[in-house]
Amino acid sequence: MADLETFRAETRVWLEANCPAEMRKPVMRDADVCWGGRNVKFTGEAQRVWLERMGERGWTVPEWPKAYGGGGLSKDEAKVLASEMRRIKARSPLSSFGIWMLGPALLKYGNEAQKLEHLPKIARGEIRWCQGYSEPGAGSDLASLRTSAEDKGDHYLVNGQKVWTSYADKADWIFCLVRTNPEAPKHLGISFLLFDMASPGVSTSPIKLISGASPFCQTFFDNVQVPKENLMGEAGKGWDIAKYLLTHEREMIGDMDSAGRASVSQIAKRQIGLDAAILADTGLRTDVVRHEINAWAFALTMERVKDEAKAGQGVGALSSMLKYYGTELNKDRQQLLMSIAGSDGLTWEGPTDGDGDLARGWLRSRANSIEGGTSEINLNIIAKRVLELPGA
Amino acid sequence: MALVLNDDQKMIRDSADGFFKTEAPVSQHRRLRDTADATGFDRDTWAKMAEMGFAGVLVPEAHGGAGFGHVAAGLIMEAIGRNLSAAPMLSTAILATTGLVAAGTPDQQAKYLPLIAEGKRLFALAADEAARHNPAQVATTATPSGNGFRLNGVKGFVLDGHVADTLIVAARTSGDDKDKDGITLFLVDRTAAGVGTERRAMVDSRNAARVTLDDVQVDGADVLGSVGGGFAVLEKMLDAGRACLAAEMLGVSSESFDRTVDYLKQREQFGQKIGSFQALQHRAAHLFCEVELARSATLRALTALDEGDDRAAMFASLAKAKSGEVAKLATNEGVQMHGGIGMTDDFDIGFYMKRARAAQETFGDIAFHGDRLARMMGY
Repeated sequence: MADLETFRAETRVWLEANCPAEMRKPVMRDADVCWGGRNVKFTGEAQRVWLERMGERGWTVPEWPKAYGGGGLSKDEAKVLASEMRRIKARSPLSSFGIWMLGPALLKYGNEAQKLEHLPKIARGEIRWCQGYSEPGAGSDLASLRTSAEDKGDHYLVNGQKVWTSYADKADWIFCLVRTNPEAPKHLGISFLLFDMASPGVSTSPIKLISGASPFCQTFFDNVQVPKENLMGEAGKGWDIAKYLLTHEREMIGDMDSAGRASVSQIAKRQIGLDAAILADTGLRTDVVRHEINAWAFALTMERVKDEAKAGQGVGALSSMLKYYGTELNKDRQQLLMSIAGSDGLTWEGPTDGDGDLARGWLRSRANSIEGGTSEINLNIIAKRVLELPGA
Repeated sequence: MALVLNDDQKMIRDSADGFFKTEAPVSQHRRLRDTADATGFDRDTWAKMAEMGFAGVLVPEAHGGAGFGHVAAGLIMEAIGRNLSAAPMLSTAILATTGLVAAGTPDQQAKYLPLIAEGKRLFALAADEAARHNPAQVATTATPSGNGFRLNGVKGFVLDGHVADTLIVAARTSGDDKDKDGITLFLVDRTAAGVGTERRAMVDSRNAARVTLDDVQVDGADVLGSVGGGFAVLEKMLDAGRACLAAEMLGVSSESFDRTVDYLKQREQFGQKIGSFQALQHRAAHLFCEVELARSATLRALTALDEGDDRAAMFASLAKAKSGEVAKLATNEGVQMHGGIGMTDDFDIGFYMKRARAAQETFGDIAFHGDRLARMMGY
């Protein structure tokens, strides 16, 4: 424990000296979030310096091994770092699918050369990654994907189309599910490829969503040559990696950081006001409190799941439960916020910063129970893996 | 405290599960109902529960109890819920013990707590007067008389009221009908002159009585807590009761759910197991999630009581509200997915729905606790 306290003291001093003042202000706009990459556009010198300094120490990925550009910290040290960053309200220096998704899979399934090549660049924010999973004909039935990777001796020749590729138009590299064996049963013919989005034959086209934003793209592959060494894991074993990553992603989506955001009742109180010490709109009050009961019970479930995991206990297919319930709750929250705002919530554009955010946020939330496995798919998984109900 | 069971608690869970499954299974509940048993529970079972340390689960060791705490009490209640075991656990071991530990004089504690732990004295809480739970609504009066008080009023829905040796009566010594101030708690001998109890047969075949108090004379030494300050004690008792009822309903939910999932794996229609139909799979999977949420809220409420957390009342309301809603859903779905056989009296699943309904109403449903939570959070 004494070591941990020394670490805390040193960390505090270092953060104090190295975290620019601008990086201690709340994130206000999308641009305030740094995604790194070859074409990164920093909002200013402070954002650049903050990423560089944290990247050098490996503190963008505190628990990854030092050999791969990580901080080499223990779980407890990483917690101390996080709490010290919270203390000074430091922004996260880097947001990255490389950190959240590919990195953990690389550490588990990648070979040494791949780890040494890719992990440090992820840690320093030099390469921005995107995920090539869904296809026009392969959504919930992801394993029926058809993008092909033909073995050409020293390289794979990739042809096909991906869709719902988050920020593909801004990404440098893609981790991609491809079919290497069209003869094998559908789950067994899939492989996991890593390749450069600058390769000849790759093109992207953003998709405009009902929220007005375009966070997703269509991605096309036309005779893209991918070196053989870019295959991660064994050929035909890509589905295992895909499942691992999806589980990881579902836990992350279910666990979307709700700490620090205002509760529905706080917002309702502020906007609607009280009458005789209770919310002035009694009908909405019932909806609000029922939402909060569920939100609270869900937060306690997240806490219990973590405690159980620490104690080596736990329920299977939890990621599906957390993803399903967490996203349905968030949709409920967004709808309630719209009701609380009334006609003000309908604003789409306006003269003030933030006008239209509520409606756009509501529309964005509708995708929560579609992306990363629909609610229905997650219920299928619970029925099959936890309840062991017979197959149809 | 982490939201996981420690080794002692796991041992209590295992012994409670084993005990109620063999000593007080659903078949006992059915027999008590079919024979219209005058007591409404099995006294031998209660004596064995005392031997196991269940009756004294909240009684401090200094008073001869096991002092296991609320998480342990919840585990016992969960096993009771799974097996629909009838016992004066809630009225005596939870409610009365909580009141006596919180507010009893040394004499009262020394007199009653060891007897509770030994299973030799039964209590009942006579608080509710309105059909919809509202503990501050007390019209029963206590007027000074001699060296004590004279009680007059009518109490409804007094759990185990017809068999209790001692009633804990909430009566008004000052203030208006719905004031929290001015309520006083009294320990009243059920056989005292002027006390009338009338048993009510209820939908879940459990015990509740209507209690009439007609010029009942009580001594000053029979006040539990302070004169006029009984509401805070009552709330403590109720919150312990609510958290434990949440645990019982969790047992009702999870057993009803397990039985239903088993049935989905056995019953065949259209040449296949009905559990292969997605229309039922999704509802079952959703229910699984809901039961997990009820479990988290319940465990949190019980943990908060053990820790003396100042949010214990909030967590008790959260758990009671959530576990009640989940028990309603689980037992409704249980009957529906069993189809016609679920509607028959021969089949046990209907018992779970009946118990869920009664437990939900007891000490406030989601409407009551939603309102209470919102007020606690300032809206």
